[in-house]
Amino acid sequence: MDQKFKQTAIENSDSIVQMWMEEINSIKDGNYTASISDELFESTNREFVNVIFTSIKSQGSTKVVEDFSEKIINLGWPLSYITDGLQVFRRVTVDYILGQSEKIDSSYISEVIKSVDAWVEPLIRQLVNEYSGSWEHIVSLQRVALQELSAPLIPVMDRITVMPLIGTIDTERAKLIMENLLEGVIKHNSEVVLIDITGVPVVDTMVAHHIIQAAEAVRLIGSTCILVGIRPEIAQTIVNLGIDLGKFPTKSSLKKGFTKALEITGREVVEHERTEENIEKLINSLKGE
Amino acid sequence: MNPQSCVNIQKEWDIVGARQLGRDIAKKIGFGTVDQARIATAISELARNIYLYAENGQICFEVIDNINHKGISMVAIDNGPGITDVSKVMEDGYSTSGGLGAGLPGVKRLMDEFDLQSEVGKGTRIKAVKWVR
Repeated sequence: MDQKFKQTAIENSDSIVQMWMEEINSIKDGNYTASISDELFESTNREFVNVIFTSIKSQGSTKVVEDFSEKIINLGWPLSYITDGLQVFRRVTVDYILGQSEKIDSSYISEVIKSVDAWVEPLIRQLVNEYSGSWEHIVSLQRVALQELSAPLIPVMDRITVMPLIGTIDTERAKLIMENLLEGVIKHNSEVVLIDITGVPVVDTMVAHHIIQAAEAVRLIGSTCILVGIRPEIAQTIVNLGIDLGKFPTKSSLKKGFTKALEITGREVVEHERTEENIEKLINSLKGE
Repeated sequence: MNPQSCVNIQKEWDIVGARQLGRDIAKKIGFGTVDQARIATAISELARNIYLYAENGQICFEVIDNINHKGISMVAIDNGPGITDVSKVMEDGYSTSGGLGAGLPGVKRLMDEFDLQSEVGKGTRIKAVKWVR
């Protein structure tokens, strides 16, 4: 039975494709693909239906399906394009086969539906898996990229290191901050570490707790931690929350923190008079004579 | 006329989602930057409590717009283990998770109105309101 249905479907693929294309075009408008050019939509549909037929003819040919799902992902089309397309294909094919046969009873109908399902189901599964798998891949890549950005330590000067924090701090990141901080302090032999929280949107008790712990750990290994970049509104919420940040120095800006760090390491910024200015002065004074 | 929007809290990143929504609403109503930061911090505390203790819950925001008053109301609801000693959790420095213990008393100070109802084994409901000044 199944072979016979398959034969019918493949032999009459032209009419099935025709019906499928009409249905797909009718759901295009007002749907997800409204902004896509007609030519692209048309050619992708042709490819899609070819993929469907190739995979029905040769059960288990995965290469074409893989290529096609990759193409849909690159185009940025939604998953519903694939599922809708296969749903429509199923309906159209069942309709077509039923329309071709003379005697129709309920067992025959269920037979047809069953075998068409058997062709379409693995295809749906494979396409959806490919599609979601590629998204998962992107997400995991981005997670790695984000982790690389999450707690950088910059040695700005001999014995002075800066850790700029930007964005939300969650548990995982807090752990990374602590590890990088301690590792970096040892590696760069820093006497002072500046933690800059200018880019941290919200400092709640958990974030504060992690910062306090990190500062305490830095203190234990013999260095000083200065918390900088505390915006006025953050200062107010910290006070409202009743968090005690009195155990280590804090500053409003990185610049002030850096001056303080220089002071702790026994240095200061000295401005030299620029020599060109001196020459200019000399020339000016000569002209005057 | 009062649109209500809710955020489900299940993952740690849902805390960020709730905070952003709350901050957007607060900005729209006309809160200043300091109050926006207060509201965002309060949401963060409530959402984190749900995530830490109840694992699953919801935070709903509502815009209050009366003749005399304008403000934001947030309700955090969960079906978690509940709070055994309500007066104790409102003390500064009390924590069962090794934290700072400033969360709930902090939220009370950050917001204008604060109401906590909890039943052991059933869940917790916290309502907090901030008025525009």
